[in-house]
Amino acid sequence: MKQSKRVWMRSALGAAAMVALSGAAWAQQGQPVKIGLLATLEGPFAAGGADGMRGAELAVKQRGGVVAGRPIQIIKASSDAKPDVAVNATRKLVEQDKVDIMVGPLSGGEGIAVKDYAKTQPNITFINGSSGAQAATLVNPAPNFFRFNTEGAQWMQGLGKAALDKGYKRVMVIAEDYAFPYSQVQGFMAEYCKLGGKVPEKAWVPLGGKDYSSVIAKIPKNVDALLVVLGGADAVNFLNQYESAGGDKPILGGSITVSQDVLNYRGKRRDSLVGTLSAGPVADSYDGAEWKAFVADYQKTYPVSAGGFPSPSLFAYVYYQNMKAALDGLAAVNGDLSGNQVKYREALSKMVLKTPTGDVRLDANRQAIGSTFVTEVVKDAQGNLFNKVHRKVDNVDQLLGMKKEEFQMGSRDVPACP
Amino acid sequence: MSASQWRRAMNSGASSAVRPLPAASARAPGQAATGSAAEPPAPPRLEALRRAVSLRHVVVLAGLLVFPFVATPFITFQVASQSLVLGLIALSLTFLAGYGGMVSLAQMTVAGIAGYAVAVLGHSSAAEISLGWPWWAALPAALFVCVVCATLIGWLSVRTEGIYTIMITLAIGVAFYYLVLQNYSVFNGFQGLREVYPPKVLGIAWRDPMPFYFLTLACALAGYFLVKWVVRAPFGIAMQGIRDNPRRMNALGYHVVGHRVAAYALAGLIAAVGGILFVWYNGLITPGSVGTSWLINILVIAVLGGMKHPLGAFLGAIVFVLLQTFAIDLIDRERFNLVIGGVFLAIVLFSPDGLLGLWEKLRLRLGPGRAQPHHPRRQK
Repeated sequence: MKQSKRVWMRSALGAAAMVALSGAAWAQQGQPVKIGLLATLEGPFAAGGADGMRGAELAVKQRGGVVAGRPIQIIKASSDAKPDVAVNATRKLVEQDKVDIMVGPLSGGEGIAVKDYAKTQPNITFINGSSGAQAATLVNPAPNFFRFNTEGAQWMQGLGKAALDKGYKRVMVIAEDYAFPYSQVQGFMAEYCKLGGKVPEKAWVPLGGKDYSSVIAKIPKNVDALLVVLGGADAVNFLNQYESAGGDKPILGGSITVSQDVLNYRGKRRDSLVGTLSAGPVADSYDGAEWKAFVADYQKTYPVSAGGFPSPSLFAYVYYQNMKAALDGLAAVNGDLSGNQVKYREALSKMVLKTPTGDVRLDANRQAIGSTFVTEVVKDAQGNLFNKVHRKVDNVDQLLGMKKEEFQMGSRDVPACP
Repeated sequence: MSASQWRRAMNSGASSAVRPLPAASARAPGQAATGSAAEPPAPPRLEALRRAVSLRHVVVLAGLLVFPFVATPFITFQVASQSLVLGLIALSLTFLAGYGGMVSLAQMTVAGIAGYAVAVLGHSSAAEISLGWPWWAALPAALFVCVVCATLIGWLSVRTEGIYTIMITLAIGVAFYYLVLQNYSVFNGFQGLREVYPPKVLGIAWRDPMPFYFLTLACALAGYFLVKWVVRAPFGIAMQGIRDNPRRMNALGYHVVGHRVAAYALAGLIAAVGGILFVWYNGLITPGSVGTSWLINILVIAVLGGMKHPLGAFLGAIVFVLLQTFAIDLIDRERFNLVIGGVFLAIVLFSPDGLLGLWEKLRLRLGPGRAQPHHPRRQK
């Protein structure tokens, strides 16, 4: 943790310098740029938040910690995935630590709350961390809130077509009951329904639920597959109970459903997981050269012995992407943040961000248009399961190819095609 | 916890002889603050006011009024206002536990009910849920709903004592958490209700740091003096009598259950005001705001400050908020919760009466002359 110690020392020095300088006008060139970095280091996403911070730090490290002659100084804050905590932490970074640019937060509800707060600080530029709620950029967007990652609905593009190609004409949805799964289900259904698929039944289950027996009992006989949008332990619990209830339908997974802990699942139905389709913004086995270079850099900088993951998580990658956007934008204006950062925000809006998974552009709401991977679970020679890239879908926009008038945000009942 | 100890001590008749009568002990909380000697009974009102206000009251009040003009907006809003709001909620617990001997973990739930009521009756981002009442209708209605709920909670839990009160109020709190988490038609589930802001009254944006500070300060002072006044009024004196020896009070003809329920209702009113301010402070309310961690945070604040005097709740809140905000600057990013826990532990370990107890100890040690009127009011 040498790195973080140094960063801490720097922030302490920076804070001291700030106190000494407060009031005095300062020349910009050569002065450090302060970037606030917010992720969840407590609560349910603590592991993901720590990896998100690694991803963001990796982007700074790749530039040697200096952009256009201005050293980058990172000041960190933590939340516990609750929106009120995230806003408190952001407010401290912006108003107390006086950061120039804010990167974060991690989860959906936090993102919307931080976006609301961003409106009260029009002179600071806010860049998303990894939050994926549609509403953050779709409803009342803040002019100074940028999101260089695609969100929950965009992550599911391509899955509907892949499911129909496999012959799944009727699908039942089982998903957790909050904004992120709503978006995921919408992303799937928008395409699936348009191509003629049917979703006769949706079951919304509480987050962190333990008992799925009533849901399993409700699964109709005449569906071809189940779309399961559950995270972490919920997914494993569901699979276990579905197996003991004798279920045999194939499964389609959400972006955080078919993760490594599901693939390590040891039940009898293990083999039936082969062929499971899912979709998301990253795929471990993507063979693009830039993606491979990114993974190698991550593994070198954060070896497993130093707390890193065997391969970068979704959070690490998305934080990396957003922090890289922040720094690239800074380079584009040559480190010039004067004039209330107007030039900087213009540069961000126009930028085409080069990421390890392809180019990312922003739409009029400052929301990313980018790529999605459809993946399929396959078995390797050693009998291990892993996600293989089935298809890469480029240029996925937030309206999922629909017109603005016909687009409705995902909810429990929208969209519907029974 | 100590409530049950007091009662146990009281019920074994031997120690009751040593104790001052309820009527006599009731004056003590007021004196703990002013430090004045025994007062003559019922002086004229103005005279009483003059005697009650000493130089340091004026200094503290002036300090509170000048504070937002000196401090940065961030300190004013996030540290000072948040402390006052949380202090107000903790004050309702201090009143229940310190003067009524009932440790309720549901005070944050009560505050949350008020917060949800304001969001549902007034305006929020969920247009299909919020009824959009004007503020002058929504606020009283929210307070009313909340006081009714607090009374019901009190009515459910007054028949229990000590650890059982804690258990039953914890159960109510957790039940409410799951209710708001899983109900979508009224509470909007996991996502809660956003964009709940104070109304624009008198042309002032009440959520700007300075107006919000004065709003919370006014409410906090009102709550503080309300509690100080109530505990010296006949009702409060009876409450403390019930805390110390319910059986004797019952024999004297006091309606023990009635008094206790009334105390819950009054505490509910204080918590409701705090809850509404807390929603306005955050601008939103989610199930996380009424989750177990917040139920316990309120207890932590009250214990940290000390339950002997209403001031304790606010002292505890200041320390709590300062730690929550700045601990991350003190230590490596993944370890800052250790600092928070460590400070709490140290305070409770070295002073069972919280910060107030620490203050008392310091005064005893440094100024033996002034310590005279501060004989321990309660037995341990």
